Amino acid sequence: MNRIIYLDNAATTRVREEVLEEMLPFFRETYSNPSAIYSFAGEARKAVGIARERAAALIGAKAGEIYFTAGGTESDNWAVRAVAESRADKGRHIITSRIEHHAVLHTCEYLERQGYEVTYLDVDEEGKISPEAVERAIRPETILISVMAANNEIGVLEPVARIGEIAHERGVLFHTDAVQAYGHIPLDVETMHIDLLSASGHKLNGPKGVGMLYCRENLRLGAFIHGGAQEKGRRAGTLNVPGIVGFGKAAALAGERMQERYEREEKLRDYLIDRVLAEIPYTRLNGSAKERLSNNAHFCFRFIEGESLLILLDQKGVCASSGSACTSGALDPSHVLLAIGLPHEMAHGSLRLTLSEETTKEELDYVVESLKEIVGRLRSMSPLYEDFLKQK
Amino acid sequence: MYSEKVMDHFNNPRNMGEIENPSGVGTVGNARCGDIMRMYLDIDDSGVIQDAKFKTFGCGAAVATSSMATELVKGKTVEEAMQVTNKAVAEALDGLPPVKMHCSLLAEEAVHAALWDYAKKRGIMIEGLREPAKDIGER
Repeated sequence: MNRIIYLDNAATTRVREEVLEEMLPFFRETYSNPSAIYSFAGEARKAVGIARERAAALIGAKAGEIYFTAGGTESDNWAVRAVAESRADKGRHIITSRIEHHAVLHTCEYLERQGYEVTYLDVDEEGKISPEAVERAIRPETILISVMAANNEIGVLEPVARIGEIAHERGVLFHTDAVQAYGHIPLDVETMHIDLLSASGHKLNGPKGVGMLYCRENLRLGAFIHGGAQEKGRRAGTLNVPGIVGFGKAAALAGERMQERYEREEKLRDYLIDRVLAEIPYTRLNGSAKERLSNNAHFCFRFIEGESLLILLDQKGVCASSGSACTSGALDPSHVLLAIGLPHEMAHGSLRLTLSEETTKEELDYVVESLKEIVGRLRSMSPLYEDFLKQK
Repeated sequence: MYSEKVMDHFNNPRNMGEIENPSGVGTVGNARCGDIMRMYLDIDDSGVIQDAKFKTFGCGAAVATSSMATELVKGKTVEEAMQVTNKAVAEALDGLPPVKMHCSLLAEEAVHAALWDYAKKRGIMIEGLREPAKDIGER
């Protein structure tokens, strides 16, 4: 088994060839610092400007509202912290959800230690956040609502447009972590009432180490990285020109291909889900059956543990991920799976398969056959399965 | 991240299965942290462990440590089996990643839990053996 079947595209994606091609000249040919005065810097400066326009176009924003960062985590940290710090005189209350990425959750926990109050909204069994619950949680001192556009584990799409509308009706800023959604589903900062939006390059076939924060113009937001005058003094540090160029190209391609890609992935995703649920007993699909990212399939196999499953899949050349505690080095399984109400033992037996444009039906057939064998084998070793059969 | 020995025992677990009418059986661990081990022992009249089998719900290290623990106690007397510590299990596997050391502890506890069951059935005392913790499942 030499070939690799890569089904971990929510973790990172392969850089597209067109993206790499566009990045390469900025390493050795037009390598100048775009902030420099001499004309040699002009090419790099121009390329960054194009990338900024492309990044903005994907979400209906203006180029001047895009700030390049080192990735989604930095963007999330910046958005949440900067709003908290700059709006502290208005209030110290933030609303978010239990299923956010740790980039948001741990930033909120940090702010709690600084004296802020945070409401972590529950989700339903599909992982959905209720706009009504958001509305009920708003207080006079609420300064920010941060809700992700799509969840990184179970792929559920959140009602961000409605939540943004509520936030704006009540005069509260709205941030969305769109790291999994940007370039995958249509997003529009105007119609969705989004003030701040985080995105990352490597989730849409762009390079790692580059992300962006969209920040609505006239929103006075403090700097996160202090230093030089780059990014209007709000995000100091020499611009990562090749990365930014790659981000822009990836965003442009993602926009052009979104519809076609969505339809293709969705068909394959549903094929995979249908086969797994039909052919492997005691299995459940996590998240919403329909309102989910087109490339995300997420299962729980009862009576078995995720790390063992990943090791055996790896031996068959399949790259996947799990929300089991063992795979994260933590003691508890995924906070997302616990939030949707799964008991610990179920959450430990989870598997996330995330497709790409390159995924084929043949690959998925191979994965389903492998899974049937592996799940059967692990169940034959499981005392939980033994007990279950005896009770039956 | 795992040693070759751990991978070998994970891929080819020794003594996986059940023993019918075992001399002693014990289950330890809990679903909360994601590891449950069940150990079956067949002990003859002279107190020698003739057979040991296991079933495990857990990660690669949990499977490998259970497998190694059965190998280490087979053919030993009950008293000798008491000397099979978590350290001995981990060493026999050429070490475990630090975050997985609790798996070897679980293997030791599984042997002890099976021995406790055996001692209880026989109405005997085993030197140094304490009642196993009952923290299985969280449902």
